[in-house]
Amino acid sequence: MSDISPARAFRPAATEAPWARITLTLAVVAILAVLLFAPLVTVFYEALREGVGASLATLANPESQSAIWLTLFVAAFAVPLNAVFGVAAAWLITKYSFRGKAVLITLIDIPFSVSPVVAGLCIVLTFGANSWVGSWLVAQGLPVVFAVPGIVMASMFVTFPFVARELIPVMVEQGRAAEEAALTLGASGWRVFFTVTLPNIRWALLYGVLLCNARAMGEFGAVAVVSGKIRGLTATMPITIEMLYNEYSSVAAFTLAAVLALLALVTLALKSLLEWRYADQLAATHRH
Amino acid sequence: MLTTIKLAGETLAQGVKIADLTDGRVTITTGAARFTGWPVRRFTRSILAAVVAGILALGAPHGAQAQTLLNVSYDPTRELYEDIDKAFADYWVAQGNAAPEIQASHGGSGAQARAVIEGLDAQVVTLALAADIDKIAKEGKLPTDWQSKLPHNSSPYTSTIVFLVRHGNPKAIKDWGDLVKDGVEVITPNPKTSGGARWNYLAAWAWAEKNGQDPQAFVKSLYEHVPVLDKGARDATTTFTQREIGDVLLAWENEAYLAQKELGADAYDIVVPSISVLAEPPVAVVDANIHDDAQRKLADAYLNFLYTPEAQAIIFKDFYRGWDTSKADPADVARFPKLELVDIAHFGGWAKVQKEQFADGGVFDQIYTAK
Repeated sequence: MSDISPARAFRPAATEAPWARITLTLAVVAILAVLLFAPLVTVFYEALREGVGASLATLANPESQSAIWLTLFVAAFAVPLNAVFGVAAAWLITKYSFRGKAVLITLIDIPFSVSPVVAGLCIVLTFGANSWVGSWLVAQGLPVVFAVPGIVMASMFVTFPFVARELIPVMVEQGRAAEEAALTLGASGWRVFFTVTLPNIRWALLYGVLLCNARAMGEFGAVAVVSGKIRGLTATMPITIEMLYNEYSSVAAFTLAAVLALLALVTLALKSLLEWRYADQLAATHRH
Repeated sequence: MLTTIKLAGETLAQGVKIADLTDGRVTITTGAARFTGWPVRRFTRSILAAVVAGILALGAPHGAQAQTLLNVSYDPTRELYEDIDKAFADYWVAQGNAAPEIQASHGGSGAQARAVIEGLDAQVVTLALAADIDKIAKEGKLPTDWQSKLPHNSSPYTSTIVFLVRHGNPKAIKDWGDLVKDGVEVITPNPKTSGGARWNYLAAWAWAEKNGQDPQAFVKSLYEHVPVLDKGARDATTTFTQREIGDVLLAWENEAYLAQKELGADAYDIVVPSISVLAEPPVAVVDANIHDDAQRKLADAYLNFLYTPEAQAIIFKDFYRGWDTSKADPADVARFPKLELVDIAHFGGWAKVQKEQFADGGVFDQIYTAK
C-alpha cells in the first residue's frame, strides 16, 4: 500500500496529465491556425492588397453586384424550400412507422454521398436541351439549365439533407409522447406541429437552416455545371470568383471571396449570438 | 370532414364547417364555440402559387428579345470582349439601331463548347480551338463549313507561345535551346489536360526540327527540366508567379502580357523565341440559337465588326495579334516582334497530333517520367 499514493489510485479516468492536455490543445490550435485561419486571413489580405479603394471599386462593378444578388436570391429560394422539406421529412421519419423508411432515409442522404459535379451533370442531362423534358421547357420559353431555375435546383439538390439530418436525431430523442398527448387533448395536426413540435425542434431547425444557407451560398461544383457562366445573369459569387481569378483579376476575385467569407462569418456569428442569448433554453433541449 | 382555419396570428382551430363567407373565410364549429377565419388550405395554396409564380418569372427567357446576344468565350478574353462590346455598341447605335445588350460567358474552351451543345443559348461562340467549334457543328447547331465563312479561317486574331522569365532574365534565356541548359527549370502544364500545353510542346518540337535536332529527344530533355506538371495554364502561372518555382514559364503571348500587367511589370520579362506556333482562336455564329432575323443581323454584324480596323486596334491593345494595323496604336503593334510561326497543319492537323503525341501510349507518355 505504501508505494501507491491515494491520488494516483483514484485518478479519474477522463483526466489526462497536464502535458498531454497542453500538447493536444496546442496541436488543435496549430492545425486550426494553419488550415483555417491562415487561408482566411490571406483572402482578406489579398483583397486589400491594393487598398480599400481598389477593392470597393471592384464591388461597385455591376457584374460583382449581380453575382452577390444572385447568390442571395438563390439562397433565399433554396433555404426556405429545403427547410420546409427537411421538417416534413424529419416529421414523417420520426413520428410514423412505415415500410421503406430506411430507403427514404438513404434517398435523403444521396446528396451527401454524390459529388456535386455529378449532381450538376444529372440536372443538365435531365433538363438540358438534349432531353425531351428540357427541349419541351425551352420550347415553352422556360429554360432550366443555364438559367436561374437550374442554379436554384442545383443548390437545392446539394443542400437537401442539411435540415432533415439536423432534425432527425433531435426528434428521435424527443420521441412522440408530447405530440400524442396534444392529440388526445383534441389538438389538430397543424396545431400539434406549431405549438408542440416546432418549439421543441427550433434550435436544431435553426442550426440546419444556417448550415444549409452557408452551403447554398458557397456551392460551386454543381452550380458551375448548370450555370452557363453568363456574366451578370447566371454567374453566382463562387462562379464569378473563379472566372475573375482565371482572368488574372486577383483583387476583384479576392474581394468577392472576402465578401462571400464575410457572409458565412455573419451566418456563424448569428448562430453564436443566438446560442449565447438563449443558452438556458438550449441546455434544456440538449442541443448545442 | 374537419376544416382547419387560421385565426389571428398563429392560432389554428379545427372543426366542422358550417358556413362559407363571401370573402373566402369560413365559419366552423368545434361543438362548444364558433370561429370564423381563413381556411388553412387556402393559405398554403397561396404560398404554393407564389412559389410557382416566382419560378416561372425566373425562367422567363432572357435571350428572347431581338437585341440581346450571348457570346460564349474562353477564359482570358474578358478584357478583350469588354472593350469590343463597348465599341460595337457605339458602332451599332451609330448605324441607326437600338443599343444591343451583349452578354458574355467565360470558361475553359472545351467546357464552354460542351455547355453550348447541352443548350447554352449562345448566338456567337469565340473559342480557343477550331476543334471545339467543330464539336458544336457536329451536333448540327451550325454548318460544318463554318470556318470558311469569315476571313482568316474565321480567326480575327491569333496568338503564339512565348517565354515569361523573371525580371532581368537572370538565366539568359533567349530561345528554346536555352530551356534545356543545366539549372534551368521550366514551368508548363500537362499537355494531356491543357490545350495551351500542347501548343508549348509542339513549339518546342518545331524548334528542334528546324535546328536539326531529334525532336523527340529534345522534348524529352525539355520535360526533364519541368519540376511540376500543372493541370492547366492558370495553375502553371500560379506556380511560377505565386509559388516562385521555375525560371521560365511557357505561356500564351496574350496571357503572358496579361499576367505581367496584373502581377507587376517590374517582376517579369517576356522573351520571344526564334520560332513558335500560330494559334488561331476562331469565332462563329451558332445558327440553331438564332431566334429571329434581327438577332441574326446583330450576330453577323458583331463578328464582322471584329475585322474592322477599330476592333483590330482593340485586339492589339488587349495583347492579341490582329491582322489590320491601320488604326492600331503603333506601340501596341511594336510589342509583337516578328517571328517564325508554324500552324497546326505543319504537324498534320489536331487529329493526327492528338493520336500520335498525346493519346495514352503516345510520344508524350514515352518521354515523360513523373518525378
